[in-house]
Amino acid sequence: MTDLTTHGAHGSEPTRPGHLPVADVPHVLRVADTDPKAAKRVERQVSSMFLLSILLVVAFVVAYIGIDKSTVVYIPVFGEVGASTIALGLTFGASVLLIGAGAIQWAKKLMPDVEVVQMRHELVSPADETAEAAANYERGKEESGFARYKMIRRTMIGAMALFPIPLVIMLRDLWSSPVSGTLSPAEILSTTIWKKGERIVTDATYLPVRPEDLPVGGLVSAVPASLQEVQHLEGNLNARGKAAIILVRMDPDEIVSQQGDGWDYQGILAYSKICTHVGCPIALYEQRTHHLLCPCHQSTFDLANSGNVVFGPAARNMPQLPIGVDSEGYLIAMDDFSEPIGPSFWERSK
Amino acid sequence: MKFLAARRRNPLVAIGLLLFALIAVGGGYAAIANVQPAQASVGSQTQVEEGKRLYLAGCSSCHGMEAQGTETGPTLIGVGAAAVNFQVATGRMPLAAPGAQAVPKDPTYTEEQIAALAAYVASLAPGPAIPTAEDLDFSDADVAQGGVLFRTNCAQCHQAAGQGGALTQGKYAPNLMGSTPQQIWEAMATGPQSMPVFSTATLPAGDKQAIMAYITNLQTASSPGGLDLGRLGPVTEGLFLFTAVFAALIAAAIWIGMKAR
Amino acid sequence: MTTTSPVEKAGASTATYVDQRLGSNKFLSRNLGKVFPDHWSFMLGEIALYSFIVVLLTGVYLTLFFKPSMVEVVYNGSYVPLKGIEMSEAYASTLNISFDVRGGMLIRQMHHWAALIFVASMSVHMFRVFFTGAFRKPREFNWIIGVVLVTLGLGAGFTGYSLPDDLLSGTGLQIIRGIVQSIPVIGTWGAFLLFGGEFPGTDIIPRLYSLHILVIPGLILAMVTLHLMMVFTQKHTQFPGPGRTNDNVVGYPLMPVYMAKAGGFFFIVFGIIALIGGLVTINPIWIFGPFTPDQVSAGSQPDWYIGFLEGALRMMPNWETNLAGFTLSWNILIPAVIMPGILFTALGAYPFIEAWVTGDKREHHLLDRPRNAPTRTGLGVMSISFYLLLFVGGGNDIIADAFDLSINGITWFLRIALFVIPPLMFVFTRRICLGLQRRDRDKLLHGYETGRVLRLPHGEFIEAHEPLSIKDMAVITSKTDIAPLPVPPKADIDGVKNKQFRKQNLRSKLSHFFYGENIPLPSAAEIEAGQAHVAHDAALEAPLASYEDADELRQFHGGVLHHPGMPETNAEQLADRKE
Repeated sequence: MTDLTTHGAHGSEPTRPGHLPVADVPHVLRVADTDPKAAKRVERQVSSMFLLSILLVVAFVVAYIGIDKSTVVYIPVFGEVGASTIALGLTFGASVLLIGAGAIQWAKKLMPDVEVVQMRHELVSPADETAEAAANYERGKEESGFARYKMIRRTMIGAMALFPIPLVIMLRDLWSSPVSGTLSPAEILSTTIWKKGERIVTDATYLPVRPEDLPVGGLVSAVPASLQEVQHLEGNLNARGKAAIILVRMDPDEIVSQQGDGWDYQGILAYSKICTHVGCPIALYEQRTHHLLCPCHQSTFDLANSGNVVFGPAARNMPQLPIGVDSEGYLIAMDDFSEPIGPSFWERSK
Repeated sequence: MKFLAARRRNPLVAIGLLLFALIAVGGGYAAIANVQPAQASVGSQTQVEEGKRLYLAGCSSCHGMEAQGTETGPTLIGVGAAAVNFQVATGRMPLAAPGAQAVPKDPTYTEEQIAALAAYVASLAPGPAIPTAEDLDFSDADVAQGGVLFRTNCAQCHQAAGQGGALTQGKYAPNLMGSTPQQIWEAMATGPQSMPVFSTATLPAGDKQAIMAYITNLQTASSPGGLDLGRLGPVTEGLFLFTAVFAALIAAAIWIGMKAR
Repeated sequence: MTTTSPVEKAGASTATYVDQRLGSNKFLSRNLGKVFPDHWSFMLGEIALYSFIVVLLTGVYLTLFFKPSMVEVVYNGSYVPLKGIEMSEAYASTLNISFDVRGGMLIRQMHHWAALIFVASMSVHMFRVFFTGAFRKPREFNWIIGVVLVTLGLGAGFTGYSLPDDLLSGTGLQIIRGIVQSIPVIGTWGAFLLFGGEFPGTDIIPRLYSLHILVIPGLILAMVTLHLMMVFTQKHTQFPGPGRTNDNVVGYPLMPVYMAKAGGFFFIVFGIIALIGGLVTINPIWIFGPFTPDQVSAGSQPDWYIGFLEGALRMMPNWETNLAGFTLSWNILIPAVIMPGILFTALGAYPFIEAWVTGDKREHHLLDRPRNAPTRTGLGVMSISFYLLLFVGGGNDIIADAFDLSINGITWFLRIALFVIPPLMFVFTRRICLGLQRRDRDKLLHGYETGRVLRLPHGEFIEAHEPLSIKDMAVITSKTDIAPLPVPPKADIDGVKNKQFRKQNLRSKLSHFFYGENIPLPSAAEIEAGQAHVAHDAALEAPLASYEDADELRQFHGGVLHHPGMPETNAEQLADRKE
């Protein structure tokens, strides 16, 4: 949009075609504008930046080939750090940075620094063009017979409306129930692999637990004994995500209430490890206060009192797992959880 | 603290500290074990008596004349020598000031006095003993397995990099960067303050050693990606983003926008 | 030009060659001289664009090595503390990029830092556009595109954060699952379709991958193109200044200055990102370990741009209702779905709301100074303070730990502050803006204060004022005073009831709220008189110029300059008075 008007032009400044100098502001010449020596200096400065950039790329290649990935170097403030990453980052970063610094120095010191004016134009299209556009549209509408052929119009709108349906409907099988399509998500969420007689084993090491293994104040992150097998069969961590529990032991006198009568075993309580807020695993157990704190959103549950919420955004208490011992004296589950574990969902009734 | 922590990061210092701890603990234990090698390890009669004297003078006001516990301090019957050693040697006990939880400081008692106190408390009832040199030897432990156990049992409070974290009502799980293997063992075995107990049966000696190996690795590991920003994750990264990176970018923008002279 | 170098010849012939095929010279003739105004704050958007380009470049590199698969493998790379551990292929390949690909760590960290910078610079750019009123007609569409871009930026960031399948990102996904699952009626189905069944499943990483590297960047690219095309067509806005009007653009032409500066800035942004990527760790996934749904680390946080949602989730009271056997989780819906929904809708709708309230239909190319729109500035600061409080809430555990505070205390403080501080910020900001407007008025009427106190022969003390510079005058007088919409009549002259009364009345009230207390600029005559008075001051001060040691004198007399002819000592002064 070239504006060759002379409106507002002020004499002394050099003008370029299409541009007007800015009114009223006295232009101060830069050192390099008046002193050829200074201009030469800037030229040297800028080209040495570009030269240094070239050298740094060479240094990058040398560092890439020469420094082993595992080399560790001590740098004050940083401590012991990986030498390769630091060297590559420094050489590459500095080489790129210098191109930018050089270009900007060039622009600031040597390219013209006279601000120029360009006129704006109203964005609104001229009336004749608007009229022509409208006429074209009307003509198109008329020629197509869009208004006349009612049936065509209606069926086409219908067809267009339905056209995305196949695209959307095919998203349905993003998930299909593994059990021949019989279980709904809510039903699947409502059960875990805990069942009566399922042994409780330690997480990560899969050791069965006897009641006497757990002192008062003790904590064990635990899973069902069959988890490893299930995980292997299913090839995912879904069962683990629901069945993880914690075992804690407190003085039976300190237990204020439980979710079911006799669901503890001699002061040992088992609670789900999955938060009822949005499902973070919780094992941040304070043995003195019997509080369980979620590290994600700080919901706090009182395990001595039915796992009730004492603080934070969780609305429901942590589900408790009824436990007992088997004939060999190992801790077992007496049943599955009596309610869905983890975060709330629409279909849950409680 | 920072100074100490920085020096502890040096592997030589860590090894030195470890050796010192091993000799001190091993020596102390040998002395105790000579008298009564049973698991309820009780010190010599003189040690127990010295310990009782110290206990009555320094501890009984909170923990009770018979260590039965009072409103201001829990019972010490059955907490074992390991608990006494952990609490007193790290300066957590005696309490500096009432607060959300006991804060570590320079120990008030000498090593002999601590051993005597431990012997006295251990004589009250059986409890976790001070770990032996063998217990603390994690040279054969699997660091990677230690990592799995650490993330399963410890990271929820002490944070994945052992930097510590907040608990409820102003309490906190301490940073582990300065913790010695003995302290780590004793803390797991006794469950000081808010920390739960990780018993020998559910977390056997081998597992505890693997965890010690992993924490030691965290303490001494170099930072492969450069400045580690305290290994606190996205919060410090975000802080660095806005205070340093964004400041640099804006400074560059201002430089570009400035008129040259 | 009398001689032509080979380079120019080659350039000219290339231009001809291309022009004969595309007619490109028409475009070049029009645009090589296009003028762009210069101001550092106009470069915030450039930072966003350039960091996005860096994200694209480094991202392509990462796709060559990353394996978006949740198949369990046993890690056997060079990072010892994870050797022999079972993990997903995604996590193993991220470790591989970090430890076994030379330069892989650098690229990964550059990618992540650049992504954080991308979202941060978009946000700050948006603040600049908001506070200067650059979103007004004709740029409303571009504002909406900007809001869409920020939203897409959050999506791109979050999907990328989730890909390595480490313990931290997995915890983030677990929270997303909880949020989706809480949506009424369709929640469980939504979560199952998203994750391919139960959490975590084995589908989510590959699905997020296709979103992260194809769908979202494609949309961002399209939106960025539109955004820039609009800037190009509408020409950039400019700050007020001498010679700058609503009808012109003052600045540097595209060729060569703007091109050199913008091009140079690209390399500077790129260079800074590469330096930070090489020097500063980001997301040390090797410390967090592989994801499993039963492990968690204390201090689990999202990247900064999700922090406000995390904070909202943490602060929310635990409301949940059960209606006829169905559960509504307000404790999740309000902070994670409803609040951000309202926030982003209000953001997108703001230009239209303001235009409706003010009834302003003019084109605006000259930017507002934030003080000249006190209500808008107040609303902006209010919203930012609301956002920041949520943001602080997202890190309450780290704050509690670092400053020895109680998490519960911080949470309660924030729950209350969220409703108290933002309105206060609105009031304060609006007052400060009005104060600054009064100061501007004073400057026009009395010139600017030099801080030099002058004592006149008759004993009067005055502070010397100086006339405003051309630039200050142009900036201050750029303000346009607009009267609020009048109160509508209840009925017209013929007594016909005004059916639109309620709507019009509301609009008039809002308009008064928006403009009502503005301090109008003095009239041209008043300004002229004021500046003339200032010139009078200068005349009074002029004799002082003859003082060779004026500075010394000033110090000696405690900063008060005595007018020549003034008695020098108190004694003389007293004597003066007696006479």
